[in-house]
Amino acid sequence: MLREWPRARYLIRQAAMTATPHSLRSNSPGRSAPNRAGGSQVTYNDFVIRFANVNGSGSASANGMFAKALFRMGIPVATRNIFPSNIEGLPTWFEVRVSEHGYMGRREGVDIMVAMNAETFAEDIESIVPGGYLVYDNSKEMPRHLRRSDIHFVGIPISQLALPEFPNPKHRALFKNIIYLGAMSALISIDFDVITGMVSAQYKGKDDLIAPNIHALEIGRNYALNYVDCPLPIQVRYSDAVGERIMVDGNAAAALGAIYGGATVCAWYPITPSTSLAEAFEKYCNQLRVGASGERNFAIIQAEDELAAMGIVIGAGWNGARAFTATSGPGVSLMTEFLGLAYFAEIPAVLWDIQRAGPSTGMPTRTQQGDLLAAAYASHGDTRHPLLFPSTPKECFEFGADALDIADRLQTPLIVLSDLELGMNDNLSEPFAWDDDRRYDRGKVLDAEQLDDIETFGRYVDADGDGIGYRTLPGTHPEKGAFFTRGTSRDEYASYTEHPEAYTANMDRLLVKWETARSLMPKPDIHDRGRRAGILYYGTTALPIPEALDRLREDGVELDTLRIRAFPFADDVRAFIDRHDIVFLAEQNRDAQMKTLLVNDLGIHPAQIESVLYYGGFSISADTIHEQVLAYYEARKLPRLREVGS
Amino acid sequence: MTFVAKPKIHHPLLTVNELGLTRRDYEGSVSTLCAGCGHDSVSAAIVQACASLSLPPHKFAKVSGIGCSSKTPSYFLGNSHGFNAVHGRMPSVATGANLANRELYCVGVSGDGDSASIGIGQFAHIVRRRINMLYIVDNNGTYGLTKGQFSATNDLGSTSKKGVPNLYEPIDLVSMALQIGASFVARSFSGDKRQLVPLIQAALMHKGFAFIDVISPCVAFNNHNGSTKSYDYMRGYSGNLIDADFIAAGEEITADYEPGQLEDVAMPDGSTLRLRKLDEDYDPHDRVLALSHVQRAAENREVVTGLLYVDPDASDCHDILGTPPTPLNALDESVLCPGAAALERVNAALR
Ligand SMILES: Cc1ncc(C[n+]2csc(CCOP(=O)(O)OP(=O)(O)O)c2C)c(N)n1
Ligand code: SF4
Ligand SMILES: [Mg+2]
Repeated sequence: MLREWPRARYLIRQAAMTATPHSLRSNSPGRSAPNRAGGSQVTYNDFVIRFANVNGSGSASANGMFAKALFRMGIPVATRNIFPSNIEGLPTWFEVRVSEHGYMGRREGVDIMVAMNAETFAEDIESIVPGGYLVYDNSKEMPRHLRRSDIHFVGIPISQLALPEFPNPKHRALFKNIIYLGAMSALISIDFDVITGMVSAQYKGKDDLIAPNIHALEIGRNYALNYVDCPLPIQVRYSDAVGERIMVDGNAAAALGAIYGGATVCAWYPITPSTSLAEAFEKYCNQLRVGASGERNFAIIQAEDELAAMGIVIGAGWNGARAFTATSGPGVSLMTEFLGLAYFAEIPAVLWDIQRAGPSTGMPTRTQQGDLLAAAYASHGDTRHPLLFPSTPKECFEFGADALDIADRLQTPLIVLSDLELGMNDNLSEPFAWDDDRRYDRGKVLDAEQLDDIETFGRYVDADGDGIGYRTLPGTHPEKGAFFTRGTSRDEYASYTEHPEAYTANMDRLLVKWETARSLMPKPDIHDRGRRAGILYYGTTALPIPEALDRLREDGVELDTLRIRAFPFADDVRAFIDRHDIVFLAEQNRDAQMKTLLVNDLGIHPAQIESVLYYGGFSISADTIHEQVLAYYEARKLPRLREVGS
Repeated sequence: MTFVAKPKIHHPLLTVNELGLTRRDYEGSVSTLCAGCGHDSVSAAIVQACASLSLPPHKFAKVSGIGCSSKTPSYFLGNSHGFNAVHGRMPSVATGANLANRELYCVGVSGDGDSASIGIGQFAHIVRRRINMLYIVDNNGTYGLTKGQFSATNDLGSTSKKGVPNLYEPIDLVSMALQIGASFVARSFSGDKRQLVPLIQAALMHKGFAFIDVISPCVAFNNHNGSTKSYDYMRGYSGNLIDADFIAAGEEITADYEPGQLEDVAMPDGSTLRLRKLDEDYDPHDRVLALSHVQRAAENREVVTGLLYVDPDASDCHDILGTPPTPLNALDESVLCPGAAALERVNAALR
């Protein structure tokens, strides 16, 4: 696994030069745990911990409690599940970035490794930064060749501790995770009451489960307190850095947004990492959308495939219900014929694409931003679809509702590009907010009275000059407003025609609508302080940006920033690119797909944008961005701030 | 209205229904299908059925896939919205449309290529989902619109226009519908209006998924000697198993029927379906019997027609989902949006 870790080019070069036998070993040779070997300086709330587990061993619950405990102590945490396409047996990792500073992106290197998977033990040891800690089961002696002199070994005889206490092997496997959690509480000073409180809350009503869980916690904790030099120099302490923030995954946030935005129809087909979005929609609908007499004000269909899911959404949208689906890349591929139809037939639809890597299975349980081009131009013929790029759960919530308004207003399918990193991991987020005065924008839909008032109804007449016609819903009026919906072969009055002029005029009107979309989509998030270089990013690439910028600043490189939130691009995006000598564009795919969209949509010169790319399957790290930007400066011997004496 | 309007000359013989409308008010634009195409007769039967039921001609959602058959929704009920979707995917669009507004009569028209080949998955699953709709397949055993390739309903040994025999087993959508749980299953022939119109009426009044497989000959590509979907073949080999007469609510039940085994089935809206069994042993409420009967007949190279199965107490997808009586597309913020206070509670649970 480790051999696939992302490595910026110049790091590899450096490693080769120093010719360490472990040239592929530690992810970040320049980085070591905050307390160097032998040093005694204690650091608080600033480390990366990784739990190596076996899939299906019940580790998820203990891992989740670990992260939640720190969060409850007010410490910012970012969690990452690195999991295989498997139900039981294959290795999984759970990584927690703990950062008082609030850095929520990935950082290379592991400070504390809790190695609970024999199969990956050797690799897991290699991934620890010099000076870091290995917490492991020392019931059996560790093979000599795995020893490293530059890290600390913390042995907890977990199997020996669990054996007499939990005779049932199945229970024992589960409680081992809890014993580790107890040990960790002592090792890094987690408030034990917070953890026991969570156990009591989690098993509320199942009291017979509380006692053995707390017992397991105590076994681990007491062992660590009695036999290990506790706590380690890497510790946590109470903080107020979390503030009002909540901890939630982007998919749940998106589902809530769809509920607040008035979605009534959800059709979907299971696929990681989007499944949890539809499941959260169902869960929250059951809580928030059931009427006084038990009526369920929503309809959820688990369809037979993604083609059907999209067909259901389009049928519902045509008939005036707010509808959405959620899928990932393979599903988008299947939906493309329908997406094109909806573009030409001008039917509102919302599609959440929770992106993952590559085709098929395996790597697809890893994150990527690889579907931009497939989504933007999905289908045959001249089609283009507006896109949204959420970066945080809060934004997933907002886009969950906004997407429904925008799709109704533009009468077109709209695709929200999230990804596994945002969708499936618990993220810190500003709390969700809703304005009770907000009314849904249902777009241009004529009711019976309005139809009575107009002489002739023409579905595709551009009466307002914004490229958007007025539509009617089936059953509205006994005599007026009915029309036949089909793909292209139609005139402004929806009558069948194959005349070239009618076809061309319709296609040109759709371009006018595209420009309307440009002005309607959410604006970019810009921080421009007049520097000569800037960086563009979007979606989860935003997570490591603050840390990357801070590190670049230390190296004398200061960048203005622009976070892209939507396609088509606002005019501000072009202005930002034009104003800077160079703009970097950080994205998580091989082919610089956002760059292609920018070049296509804005007609800018490709040389104006320097790509920063990562596509190894993990979330892009601050290290990668820092290194690639710096490499650009080094290669061109560009002056840094320090050198120009500012 | 966006169809090419037919001249509205009221024929003195055109009777006015309870809504004061004539059959013309239920028509659509002028058909562009081949003269003599069976599909036009199916459209005419739909017009007649809806007019005689006095259904509001704008309260329909018409959906179709792609094919000559799928073009027909623009040739009937011109005052209703129609959606000519993509090839084989009408069932999903119909599902969405029905979920959005349960008050509209949902009518889907598809072809044998559309439903038995590219769309067979969607066909199977809409049956399972019990969408409350009338689903008609204009079955001509061929791909009309792409000029005469064999379709999956074409019988083994039936020949193409050039005399080439079909080498593959046929798929029988009626058997599939029976097996997967359709609550109303019928087969008919576009040339038998007397049978087809009451079937359409009953299917429209049925609550649940109503399927009619209509053998509808393609005069351009599959109406020759050697074809088992030709007008001549149907007249020679089809046997009516059960006649259905539809008697609207409140309509007087006149007794001008020939003797036979009569059964009156009460429909959800108060109307009556009068079944006349032409085979004494047949029971149209026995799904397993219906299935074996249809399959045995197929082995004897016979086409059984009529109402083959009906469950008058069936539920539909909205019952399964527990949706409100108000159409989902008519719910507003007051029902749909849980509000800021509820969101605060959601936030609190995430801390
Ligand atoms: C995805 C796709 N593939 C192929 C076609 C071409 N096509 C159009 S109609 C048709 C067959 C229609 O046959 P059927 O449904 O039996 O209708 P009929 O014309 O016989 O009434 C095909 C293959 C298409 N429109 N879309
Ligand atoms: S080709 Fe066949 S199915 Fe199509 S319109 Fe002509 S007769 Fe009808
Ligand atoms: Mg056909």
